[in-house]
Amino acid sequence: MSYALETRGLVKRFGGLTATDNVSFRLAAGARHALIGPNGAGKTTFINLLTGVLAPSAGQILLEGSDVTRLSAERRVRRGLARTFQINQLFGAMTPLEAIGLAVSERLGGGRDWWRVSGSQRAVLDEAVAIAARFRLTDVLEERTANLAYGKQRLLEIALAFACRPRVLLLDEPAAGVPEAERHELLATVAALPREVSVLLIEHDMDLVFSFAEEISVLVNGALLTQGSVAAVAADPRVRAVYLGESTA
Amino acid sequence: MLTILFDGVAYGMLLFVLACGLAVTLGLMNFVNLAHGAFAMAGGYVTAVLMNRFGVPFLATLPLAFLIPALIGLVLERSLYQRLYARSHLDQVLFSIGLVFMAVAAVDFAMGSQQQLIQLPPWLQGRVDVMGVQVGLYRSFIILVCGLLVVALQLVLTRTRFGSRLRAAVDDPRVARGLGINVGAIFAATFAVGSGLAGLGGALGAEILGLDPTFPLKFMLYFLIVVTVGGTTSITGPFLASLLLGIADVAGKYYVPSLGAFVIYTLMIVVLVLRPQGLFARGR
Amino acid sequence: MVHSAPLTPEAAGAILSRRARWRWPEIAFWLVAAASLVVLPERHLILNEIAIIGLFAVSLDLILGYAGIVSLGHAAFFGLGAYVAGLMAKHLSGDPLLGLAAAGLAAGLLGLVTSVLVLRGADLTRLMVTLGVALVLGEVANQAAWLTGGADGLQGIVMGPLLGLFEFDIFGTVAYAYSLGVLFVAFWLARRLVHSPFGLSLRAIRDNPLRARAVGIPVHRRLMAIYTVAALYAGLAGGLLAQTTQFVSLDVLAFHRSADVLLVLVIGGVGYLYGGLVGAVIFKVLQDVLSGLTPQYWQFWIGLILVALVLLGRERLSERVRGLWRSGAAEGAR
Repeated sequence: MSYALETRGLVKRFGGLTATDNVSFRLAAGARHALIGPNGAGKTTFINLLTGVLAPSAGQILLEGSDVTRLSAERRVRRGLARTFQINQLFGAMTPLEAIGLAVSERLGGGRDWWRVSGSQRAVLDEAVAIAARFRLTDVLEERTANLAYGKQRLLEIALAFACRPRVLLLDEPAAGVPEAERHELLATVAALPREVSVLLIEHDMDLVFSFAEEISVLVNGALLTQGSVAAVAADPRVRAVYLGESTA
Repeated sequence: MLTILFDGVAYGMLLFVLACGLAVTLGLMNFVNLAHGAFAMAGGYVTAVLMNRFGVPFLATLPLAFLIPALIGLVLERSLYQRLYARSHLDQVLFSIGLVFMAVAAVDFAMGSQQQLIQLPPWLQGRVDVMGVQVGLYRSFIILVCGLLVVALQLVLTRTRFGSRLRAAVDDPRVARGLGINVGAIFAATFAVGSGLAGLGGALGAEILGLDPTFPLKFMLYFLIVVTVGGTTSITGPFLASLLLGIADVAGKYYVPSLGAFVIYTLMIVVLVLRPQGLFARGR
Repeated sequence: MVHSAPLTPEAAGAILSRRARWRWPEIAFWLVAAASLVVLPERHLILNEIAIIGLFAVSLDLILGYAGIVSLGHAAFFGLGAYVAGLMAKHLSGDPLLGLAAAGLAAGLLGLVTSVLVLRGADLTRLMVTLGVALVLGEVANQAAWLTGGADGLQGIVMGPLLGLFEFDIFGTVAYAYSLGVLFVAFWLARRLVHSPFGLSLRAIRDNPLRARAVGIPVHRRLMAIYTVAALYAGLAGGLLAQTTQFVSLDVLAFHRSADVLLVLVIGGVGYLYGGLVGAVIFKVLQDVLSGLTPQYWQFWIGLILVALVLLGRERLSERVRGLWRSGAAEGAR
């Protein structure tokens, strides 16, 4: 059985510090999987390893069964692995329309096109408009990204990742910093993601985790403490001790 | 061959004194100051003018060759450079190139474009036979003076309060400010000293390197090589880089004169490509 | 701007392609340039120089304005193009277009090879590598005097007629028409490139390289591509110089060439493609005026202008020009 995303014995050391400690992780196809853990557990490092921003000290990463450990970040995106960043990484001087259009165009191979004018390829436009609608960005499509409300920027962050038509989507704390008023929109959008996309969600917000996830992995000090269904993990005394101790569950 | 080594070492130490100010400026203020050579030129011309027009003895001109460029540096830093620390590297490059052009043209206008010749005092001229090796007196003098300067610099950096404040400011200016260290004053002082040292280097080197209005442009690359190959996080890095560069240049010009500076340039490109942070820099 | 109805793909397309439309100041510019061929016959020599410098500066804009690479050695490609074109004419064929093609290709090849070097490391390293490449080439040209003429320069370049029909005349008319023609074609192609999806990806890379990678853009390959194109264009400019002045000196590889073209671009404004052309005109006019005042010390004024530009906030000036440009585009769309 092939998993959507898998790591085998993944290790990352920075000098004397082991940020990722022999992590063997599995993301099932179509999963709604959450990765939780206390601050400093190494969750973002793990995502950076998965996406190729960091190179592992040891171990393997497999995307839908094929080894991508040596592949560059942009190649992994082409193979269907996309992510959002915990702190927005957007194209500040571009509009959402340009940014989404760019992501779609790149995926359709338009990046090498130096002759035709941007905005003349119908297939790109159709898809860009559709994605903008899905992520509720239609009314801000022509604003400068840097001027957008934070909630909208966060939606754009996910839209950009989605525009890559990923098979596996890694969401790094999508709700972080989003004001109450804009959260609902964000959560509804995340919940409405299609099943063909396997989603790994990193979150601190337990409400979001419990409402969204079907499986949970717990990362502590760079190592995988446990992995299983929501109920099982929530009941696990070790997890409670490390992390969920203060929750009402 | 040992003579070549000796000459190379002298050249290298001279380069170090000339370039160390640039290394500190880059490491401290993250400012790409391509005009650094202009201060060296100023010092050289101070010595030349004092000696040739006013008959001042060589050694007596040296303190002024340090002080005058230092003062010019201080004034420029407080008035102009200071505004550009936060600017993009492109702006800094444009600004310093502009300064160099102005300096070169101004000196050309004031002093003419011919080489400035300095008559070394008799006790510094000539060569001496030391254990079978021909050793130039002037080059020995240079090695001595520059060596003393290096030692003094290292002592100041490691043993004085100013030195530790400087190192703190280089490491992290914001934190240093938070600790109450007057970063602005440190910037000004180091820039001034760096410029002064460059001036002193220019004066000492006038006889070996030549002195004319195109000096800053001719040697700009050498200074940059010292700084990028040697890194900016220590004194030893640029020091070793200068020695290497000095020896390589002298040896290259002696053994393969037809290749000229070609070897240096290619070596530099190779080093920078293989280790973009410099040969000797500790990781930041 | 809020849409009352959902945005249709057609409307989206119109918005995106708005930038690419030819605006009236652009059309006016090229009409004036073409007209100068007829209206200013005694100025053709200097107009030729302006066209060449303009092309050179536009090529620098491609890497500085669109790829964010600060280069102090762009003259390497200019100089290589000049020497290749000159040597072509001297030894192989006097046909101008053939020589120009060779110049562009040679420079482009050098650009491709050195792009690998330039893309590693931070600003300062890039600066040094670009400077280093230009200096190496300068040394090579100097040492290979048997080929390049060394300090005496490459002489004896005799050009055949352009397109087999038009002989280069002493008034520079054919030369100017030639340079202007090449400039226009090259500019037009660069303009298309900048407004294409490729150009959009370059903007993205400049804006946020991390994010660019995260949407699948092969950042290094794109930068290498634009660097090569820029080098090719610079080579064309150098080739034009060699062919229209029929002389190549070591000066084409000198540091001040790289510094001057940087100044030209900065004066005109970085990042909207016309900056190189505007800057070329201003630069030449300035040079004419200031050389009349103090013929030998022209460099001083250049330095002063650079210092003043930076201190007065060249970026703010650039932003304002670009802002005007874009609002001009919005006008054109309505």
